[in-house]
Amino acid sequence: MSASQKVLGWIDARFPLTSTWKAHLSEYYAPKNFNFWYFFGSLALLVLVNQIVTGIFLTMSYKPDAALAFASVEYIMRDVPWGWLIRYMHSTGASMFFVVVYLHMFRGLIYGSHRKPRELVWIFGMMIYLALMAEAFMGYLLPWGQMSFWGASVIISLFSAIPYVGDALSQWIRGDFVVSDATLNRFFAFHVIALPLVLLGLVVAHIIALHEVGSNNPEGIEIKAHKDPVTHIPLDGIPFHPYYTVKDIVGVVVFLMVFSAIIFFGPEMGGWFLEANNFIPADPFKTPQHIAPLWYFTPFYAILRAVPNKLFGVVGMGAGVVIMAFLPWLDRAKVKSVRYRGPIYKSFLALFIISFVGLGYLGTQPPTPLLNDIARLLSVTYFGFFILMPWYTSVEKTKPVPERIPE
Amino acid sequence: MKKFLVSLLLVLVPLTALAAEEGYVDKAPINLNDYASIQRGAKVFSNYCLSCHSANYVRYETLEQVGLTADQIKGNLMFAADKVGSRMTIAMRPADAKKWFGITPPDLSVEARSRTPDWIYTYLRSFYRDDTRPSGWNNTALPNAAMPSVLWTLQGEQTLKNPVKEDEKPDFVLAHAGKLSPAEYNATVGDLVNYITWMAEPGKMKRMEIGVYVLLFLGLFFVLTFYLKKEFWKDIH
Repeated sequence: MSASQKVLGWIDARFPLTSTWKAHLSEYYAPKNFNFWYFFGSLALLVLVNQIVTGIFLTMSYKPDAALAFASVEYIMRDVPWGWLIRYMHSTGASMFFVVVYLHMFRGLIYGSHRKPRELVWIFGMMIYLALMAEAFMGYLLPWGQMSFWGASVIISLFSAIPYVGDALSQWIRGDFVVSDATLNRFFAFHVIALPLVLLGLVVAHIIALHEVGSNNPEGIEIKAHKDPVTHIPLDGIPFHPYYTVKDIVGVVVFLMVFSAIIFFGPEMGGWFLEANNFIPADPFKTPQHIAPLWYFTPFYAILRAVPNKLFGVVGMGAGVVIMAFLPWLDRAKVKSVRYRGPIYKSFLALFIISFVGLGYLGTQPPTPLLNDIARLLSVTYFGFFILMPWYTSVEKTKPVPERIPE
Repeated sequence: MKKFLVSLLLVLVPLTALAAEEGYVDKAPINLNDYASIQRGAKVFSNYCLSCHSANYVRYETLEQVGLTADQIKGNLMFAADKVGSRMTIAMRPADAKKWFGITPPDLSVEARSRTPDWIYTYLRSFYRDDTRPSGWNNTALPNAAMPSVLWTLQGEQTLKNPVKEDEKPDFVLAHAGKLSPAEYNATVGDLVNYITWMAEPGKMKRMEIGVYVLLFLGLFFVLTFYLKKEFWKDIH
């Protein structure tokens, strides 16, 4: 027995190191047919780590104080060695987090990864998404620019639409009558510790739930249905490590090329990642002409604006997010993957994509009566995709699904 | 209905950059590799701007990155500070400024990132005589601006011939010539805006330079990981 084996044996007698490694990596059997869409889970993990590590370094120089916050960000950008890089990695990472998470969710949607037995994987994922939205929203206040301030003011004021308790509730969230130093301090606390803890816990739950039931695949076929009679290894499964670790590294490198191209050549992304107005310090006495949240919130912001009544707008915005959590029970089709579905589902899916992207664009634009009408049409389309799903997925004839993953 | 359909079509091609709504603008001659221009612009900035406008986040010594020595900076650009490591602050107090101008002149450190360089270039060339304004000046790029034409001794005095039409080049007439010809004045403002743009992110060119190496490294790394994956996956399928 070599020395390293001895050390490992010593550890394994006290901590499940080898068995954990096996259960989650070297003997976790994933379907062999993962395609492009399956890169985004590991990429989301990568971005999470990026946000935590760069975030730690940012907190070393950032000042959560209404009088100092804006200047401290410029101090990081100019006077802290490599501070600009850390800051751009964090600001670009925030937007890229949503890019990979939206693509990851879309993957689940088209291949039916939310369907039985993976409902809890999907629910934990939705909770991660909600926590991520809160994390991004609170983080956006910290640079204390005009958009930070007014974006937070608008969003927090939405809570005041709730009958009876609304005003008290929004005051309680702000810790003041307006967004102020108190708000900045508590958002800082939530952003750097409370929500990251929640996020990490949920990510662990998401992965444990996934590894319990096993990964879905583009065919929507359960690989556990056909196991080797002797080894009990799924016939269409391959060990996650080394096969998917080496494959995911390729995805990571391609992602880093896109990520670096943005960081080094256009960290503002033409105003989509860093807004021009946020280079003006927060001024509570000067309302910007046009207030819009960053792009990842704008589909829901457009729904809010499309509804003429404030309370129902807020309800609509919330419902737009929450309704996704019900997907596992809204979908009644016999098959999981879009590959075996008919033209009706595919048409609805296309309409859903158009409505989500369209609403996202409209949310960035100043409202006009015409754009509002389009936003209403797209909002109805968006909700129609979900509400009509039990009907159109149960009536449509699906194609036969093969027993095994085709070569 | 047709308008509706056209708008719907526009909605479907969403990845147009979020252009700031700035009205008519001229193209600013920005070249961040032209150190001489940035140096000239810094001089104009410290002579004409840096008494009402601060650039609080910028240190004088940052100009060493565009080829100036500490002595040159001290001798030619520093009127209000004594150490090259000092920030470009001003003596005027914000409260006084508000009393005198009706508004505190904004800090210009990152002005070129909230406004575009093109807008600043246009703004500084769009002052005209308007006796209805308290300062006697108005501006087509920022109607009823509180700021007077600080560079008027260089530019001269413009008047506006016709009322401005939206998004169209204003019709200016040079009523009294200044010290500089119109072409010289445009070049001077070009230098100034080049400086203001540089100052908003002095590390920008360095950033792009590093980016090239980062992408080259990742390109090589991609080849390596790609063949590693291929080698491992030979026995699958």
